Amino acid sequence: MYDYGLFKFESKQQLLDTAIRYWNPDKTKFWQKAGIDLVIDRREGYRLYDMSGRSLIDLHLNGGTYNFGHRHPELVETLKGALDYFDIGNHWFPSVARAALAESLVKVSSGMTYAVFAPGGAEAVDIAIKSARYATKRRKIVSIVKGYHGHSGLSVATGDERFSKIFLSDQPEHFVQVPFNDIDAMEKALKGNDCAALIMETIPATYGFPMPKPGYLNACKALCVKHDAMYIADEVQTGLMRTGSMWGWQAYGVEPDIMVTAKGLSGGLYPISACLVNDKTGGWLNEDGAAHISTSGGAELGCVVAHKVIEMLQRPELIANVGFVSEFMAEGMAEMRRRHGDIFTGVRQKGVILGLEFSNHPEGALHVSRALYEHGIWAIFSSLDKRVLQWKPGVLLSSDLCQEILDRFDAAMPRARQLLRDAAKVN
Amino acid sequence: MKVPDARLEQGRMMLDRARWAAAKLAKMDRVSVQRVTDAVAKAGHAKAQHFAECAVRETGMGVIDHKRLKNEACSTGIADLYAHEDFVAPRIDVGKKIVELPRPAGVIFALIPVTNPIATVYFKTLLALMTRNAIILSPHPQAKACCAEAARLLAEAAKAAGAPDGVIQVIAEPDIPLIEKLMSDERVDLIVATGGPSVVKAAYRSGNPAFGVGPGNAPVLVDDTADLRLAAKRIVESKSFDNSILCTNESVVLAFSTIADRLLEAMKSAGAHVCSSEETVKLRNLLFPEHGFNIGMIGKDANLIARAAGFNAPNAKILVTPVDLVQPEERLVREKLCPVLAFARVQNIDQAISAARSMMRKAGRGHSAAVHSKNEANILAFAATVPALRVAVNAGCSLGASGFETNLGPSMTIGTGFAGGSSIGDNLTPHHFVHFARIAYNKEAAEAFGNFAGLDPLDLPKREAAPLSLAVDNSSDSELRRELRRIILEELSAVLAA
Repeated sequence: MYDYGLFKFESKQQLLDTAIRYWNPDKTKFWQKAGIDLVIDRREGYRLYDMSGRSLIDLHLNGGTYNFGHRHPELVETLKGALDYFDIGNHWFPSVARAALAESLVKVSSGMTYAVFAPGGAEAVDIAIKSARYATKRRKIVSIVKGYHGHSGLSVATGDERFSKIFLSDQPEHFVQVPFNDIDAMEKALKGNDCAALIMETIPATYGFPMPKPGYLNACKALCVKHDAMYIADEVQTGLMRTGSMWGWQAYGVEPDIMVTAKGLSGGLYPISACLVNDKTGGWLNEDGAAHISTSGGAELGCVVAHKVIEMLQRPELIANVGFVSEFMAEGMAEMRRRHGDIFTGVRQKGVILGLEFSNHPEGALHVSRALYEHGIWAIFSSLDKRVLQWKPGVLLSSDLCQEILDRFDAAMPRARQLLRDAAKVN
Repeated sequence: MKVPDARLEQGRMMLDRARWAAAKLAKMDRVSVQRVTDAVAKAGHAKAQHFAECAVRETGMGVIDHKRLKNEACSTGIADLYAHEDFVAPRIDVGKKIVELPRPAGVIFALIPVTNPIATVYFKTLLALMTRNAIILSPHPQAKACCAEAARLLAEAAKAAGAPDGVIQVIAEPDIPLIEKLMSDERVDLIVATGGPSVVKAAYRSGNPAFGVGPGNAPVLVDDTADLRLAAKRIVESKSFDNSILCTNESVVLAFSTIADRLLEAMKSAGAHVCSSEETVKLRNLLFPEHGFNIGMIGKDANLIARAAGFNAPNAKILVTPVDLVQPEERLVREKLCPVLAFARVQNIDQAISAARSMMRKAGRGHSAAVHSKNEANILAFAATVPALRVAVNAGCSLGASGFETNLGPSMTIGTGFAGGSSIGDNLTPHHFVHFARIAYNKEAAEAFGNFAGLDPLDLPKREAAPLSLAVDNSSDSELRRELRRIILEELSAVLAA
């Protein structure tokens, strides 16, 4: 019996049946078929526990949502304190929590002037696109093939058609896509001087973290300047110290006109996201500040947590920890490549953002993900390139846990090898 | 709005940072470790005077010149002393067929006392580094500024010499609740608590391994065989050293009555002021007011203390207070940590021993004592029965028991052993910060010991993965199996041959 007070389930199977019946049959069945029978129950630090009680180390982090781990005690205490005072708040009025968070965000984001809040990344991307359109009086948006910016009206139109066509939400007349790392294609897209913005994940996450070629992002920004288009940095997965800098664009020396942050900003506890704009793209906040409104965008509880998140990210100890984890993973994965180079074919890395390549099979990372799951690690494959395993260690991972992760990875490779062989036979 | 204690949370992050540093240190070789240790010692030595001044200014305790000497002794002095010892490389004992692999503690949480702040910062840091441990220094709140400055200086020197980030950190704003929480954190491997009984007890309560050391209260026996002039000079110098702030300083002189007057005269010549009975009463009331001990006099100079008590003792190095009773109820025979020295007459060695035992019942068990004598039987009888774990002979107790003027381990942390509520009975040395993993062979003569010479656990040969083809060709399946069998057999026979 799994009794949660408000609801209870006889068994894990009963939960799965209920999820299939009332929630999402396809998603539920997909994971069962993939051999990943995870129903996350308790969670603490970088560990998750399945309903069965089995423990898993979380290297998925939902794209950095759990950058600090699950239910980080300092964040939980912050939210609990905030609940004795605040609630969502009234978006019509200025608020202490929103003003304080906006100030702290702008102060760590050189070139930005205002922060506009939303409850999630997709809405923040919509605000970014609207702000660019406002500033340029143009409609067209350029994005990257296999890029990913969310699922709301404008954001979904920038992404892979898998997510837009099914809902008839693709808008090819206003949304153009160009291949990543192809500066000629980018120039072609922008040279008509009719684009409002280029939206760019600093390192495309769902595409498996291909690293931008040296100078690529800077060249894109230069093209935007040349053709009067706004450069929108989508920092949802690359922000919040994950590249070793507060924002990924800082690590690459590219100053955007607009940037978006989400996921980890919430501390994994209270949803919040932000779109930061500069003087030009934030002009509408002077002209008609109620042109975009969002009842739960900038909910004050979320603001308090996010304020703490930004404060924690600036501690020297945390910055040092990011360096330690990055270095450990670089050295550790080089060693794993030496031991398992037959299946483990490459590593992409910037800070604590890694893509591990298992390119001998078109869905290599799917099988490796399963082998790791069986060995106590949860890391997800890249939806848009299943040869690449997303490997996302948290910024506060400890030395001991990193070593445990590497030991488990090493132990999982023979099983991964076997699963890949079996998959090759089926093909 | 109630908010988390950011200092505590930052402290916890410091522990993680230290664990990373410790993991990296554990992979450093002897040469690199030595380079770091030397650089830190040099950096500390170069600022010995500066930090002596800072410490006296901030704490109001001690003597700048003496603190400088201690800072020098605890920087390059300590580094040089242990330079020939190797706490890093494996030790091979062919006779016992044992290989010992040094295993550092990991993260050491070090409490720093207000009495000897900089010397203890230097000392514990160097011991930690030479044994490849990361250290978090937690200074006494009244010495936090000078300790933090010194810790940062050492940390920079360590980093510049190639140490990983985070090997030396300091709690800038310490207080008791914060320290108690951090000490009980499972990320701490070892606590080294030098300080008052309350922090030492807290260290042991933490649930983590700890070396805590109890307070001193040293009896000094001077018998009828002692060179009285030398004994007097050594006692006065030791008692006035840094205004008696080392916990090894003399507390009570127990003088054979046959030589007591001559000893007192010699002590006067050496700079002692021998108090009248009125002055003794005044000092007793000053140092031990009705409720406890006047900490305002700790480490203060003798002239200042005399004035505070209500009399003048110009140019006195120490104040000697004759007492009749050597029992805990005579407050002047307790630990005083200032240049006030009780003086009692004893008839013989037996009476000296019972006096020493009596005064140590209240405080000082397991700590230090001194003897000035040429009579081995007296020395042995005293050492065998008085509850001190070190007895300095014909040396000042301050620097003798702490190992700087004897061949004990020179130390700012004096283990008071089981009798003194401590898990160590030695002067703290680097040996306490390292354990050993032991490879132990079957002792039967027929089982030969391996040849480990030249093998480095930090640099062992590595294996590469064989290339894998996922292409499956069923037609060649049997051929593949044959080939596999051949490879396995070959490897097996190679293993067996070896």
